[in-house]
Amino acid sequence: MLVQKYYQNERFVPDKEMDACGLFGVMHTGGVRFGGQMAIDAIKNMKVRGSGLGGGFAIYGLYPKYKDYYALHIIYQNKNLAAKKVVEAFLKKHFYVIFDEEIPTNPDIRLFAPPLSWRYFVAPQKSSAEEDVPDDEYVISKVMHLNSEIEDAYVFSSGKDVGVFKGVGFPEEIADYFMLDKLYEGYIWTVHSRFPTNTPGWWGGAHPLSILDWTVVHNGEISSYGANRRFLEMHNYYCTLHTDTEVLAYAVDLLMRRQGLPIEVVAKIFAPPMWDAIRHMNDNDKELYTALRMTYAPLLMNGPFTVIVAHHNEMIGLTDRIRLRPITAGAKGELVFLSSEEAAIHAVCPDLELAWTPPGGEPVVVRLHTKDHLQSLNKSI
Amino acid sequence: MNGFNVKFGYRDNFLDNLQPVDILYNTRVSTDGCRATINALGLKHKELNDLLRETVQSGGKELVINNVFGQRYIGTRLYLPSEDNKLHIEVNKFPGNDLGAFLNGHRVIVHGNAQDGVGNTMDSGEIIVHGRAGDVTAMSMRGGKIFIRDNVGYRTAIHMKEYRDKVPVLVVGGTAQDFLGEYMAGGIVLLLGLNLQESEPHRANYIGTGMHGGVIYLRGCLAEHQLGKEVGVLPLDDQDKAKIDCYVREYCNHFGGNPEEILNGSFQKLIPVSLRPYGQIYAY
Repeated sequence: MLVQKYYQNERFVPDKEMDACGLFGVMHTGGVRFGGQMAIDAIKNMKVRGSGLGGGFAIYGLYPKYKDYYALHIIYQNKNLAAKKVVEAFLKKHFYVIFDEEIPTNPDIRLFAPPLSWRYFVAPQKSSAEEDVPDDEYVISKVMHLNSEIEDAYVFSSGKDVGVFKGVGFPEEIADYFMLDKLYEGYIWTVHSRFPTNTPGWWGGAHPLSILDWTVVHNGEISSYGANRRFLEMHNYYCTLHTDTEVLAYAVDLLMRRQGLPIEVVAKIFAPPMWDAIRHMNDNDKELYTALRMTYAPLLMNGPFTVIVAHHNEMIGLTDRIRLRPITAGAKGELVFLSSEEAAIHAVCPDLELAWTPPGGEPVVVRLHTKDHLQSLNKSI
Repeated sequence: MNGFNVKFGYRDNFLDNLQPVDILYNTRVSTDGCRATINALGLKHKELNDLLRETVQSGGKELVINNVFGQRYIGTRLYLPSEDNKLHIEVNKFPGNDLGAFLNGHRVIVHGNAQDGVGNTMDSGEIIVHGRAGDVTAMSMRGGKIFIRDNVGYRTAIHMKEYRDKVPVLVVGGTAQDFLGEYMAGGIVLLLGLNLQESEPHRANYIGTGMHGGVIYLRGCLAEHQLGKEVGVLPLDDQDKAKIDCYVREYCNHFGGNPEEILNGSFQKLIPVSLRPYGQIYAY
């Protein structure tokens, strides 16, 4: 007699969702500051892109009262008070600390192992040997020291009038935890959902990653991380956060702030045209792109990526050259949006005037008091 | 677990806190005979697709879904075996990824832009988008028709395929971005370029990279280096002209426009030069 055999269900149920990150950025090109509701609602709309293991926000125009001072957001893992002591002694020695406080959090929001987060508004206090070091360089070297030398202390952000709030959880939970919609306003908001690539979700590794006022949120994976990292180490940037996106933050700082290259050129360093495409350019372009590819080969970002890079006055969206990750830009009046999905923009801005998708490697540059973002429009779909 | 996020654990962003489908049906759906209007505002994609299925099982044949903002897989879980039991689904306005994935014979009309993966592995039916569509439109499509009024993104019609009488058709009114028809194995793509200026080339590069079946009809101009290594350009024969004529008229039926004017443009036909472009790579 045939007996029905019991087969165990062999359906593969992954214990980790492998979708794609959600990115969103919104900027008011008139510089008007606004609350976080749009950014929070948009990233919530793209919840399926997240994983609950990482989320974070970068806000520009955050601390108008202290805008002349570097705002250091520092977290102490495991609420390590010994680390805090060491950090504060270090800060006291190398900076004038104008004001400091614990970053207010909502005790009703329960997240995984929240660290102690503190903010310090500081001005450099240079020794006579360091007198000639520019302020920005000085701050970077001290941030690198804090990140790499002091256990359990990580600097989330270190720019003037800007702050990064991030952690383990869905981004809307992070927003609730830090009460972003109630306490803060800014003229640029960028936000990321999902964990850092190739890293267990931890507070320091969540996006945005930042140095000075540069912040990066990233969807994808930078497979050239090793080559990029070694190149950046030659320029005194040390990667300590165990995730690929960190190199992008340091690379934009190196190229744009230190070397003074415009983002249009930097985009072509990160996502250069194929040699094939260069062959069909006019002589001028051919020379430029050949020179860029040869000079900056170690900063070519290989692998799939969409990033939203921001610093004061600018927000930039860029994908890899064959667009393995999505991006859509939108505009309504002076508000300009960048998003992983178009529907999220429409969800927070029902009367959107324009939506467009640039080709891979073509940056959408949103600049204060300009309409530069429209330059990518005629190459887009 | 203990109310905390678990450190390396998995939090289900699809199935957490779902509203039961009967409650949704009572609060979100208004019916008028076999016509049902559904308010999708703020629903998760699982909730919306459950609700669609519930509505169909309660006799809905004509579904109008309002306030759609990014919900995925609309039209996917609506397999109905009977041939004459096909639905008419209207989506307002912005459906999410994989609209009409595995679609089985229904007609989906979108009054807005669609996102990535429209008609992913679609089997039969029609998707008509009054707007543009994102990347990988008609990916792995194996039957039915898709009409997109405006442009499409990267890797359109990637690995589209055909078998005997099942020949998928994609008609795009605007232009496409790179890798159009990548690894295409069958089916028909018609790219009309209606929004391009006179003598403005199409946006796509690497057209038909790895293509080894099917055909791309392209209206408007193109530089030679925009083509992938695996495609050749041929003039149209009478059969091609008849096909183009038929699909252009259908396009104009959906979106308006003058078919004669469109058909007057110059068309070219792109077909693969080899059936096994990468045969050598894997050979000893």
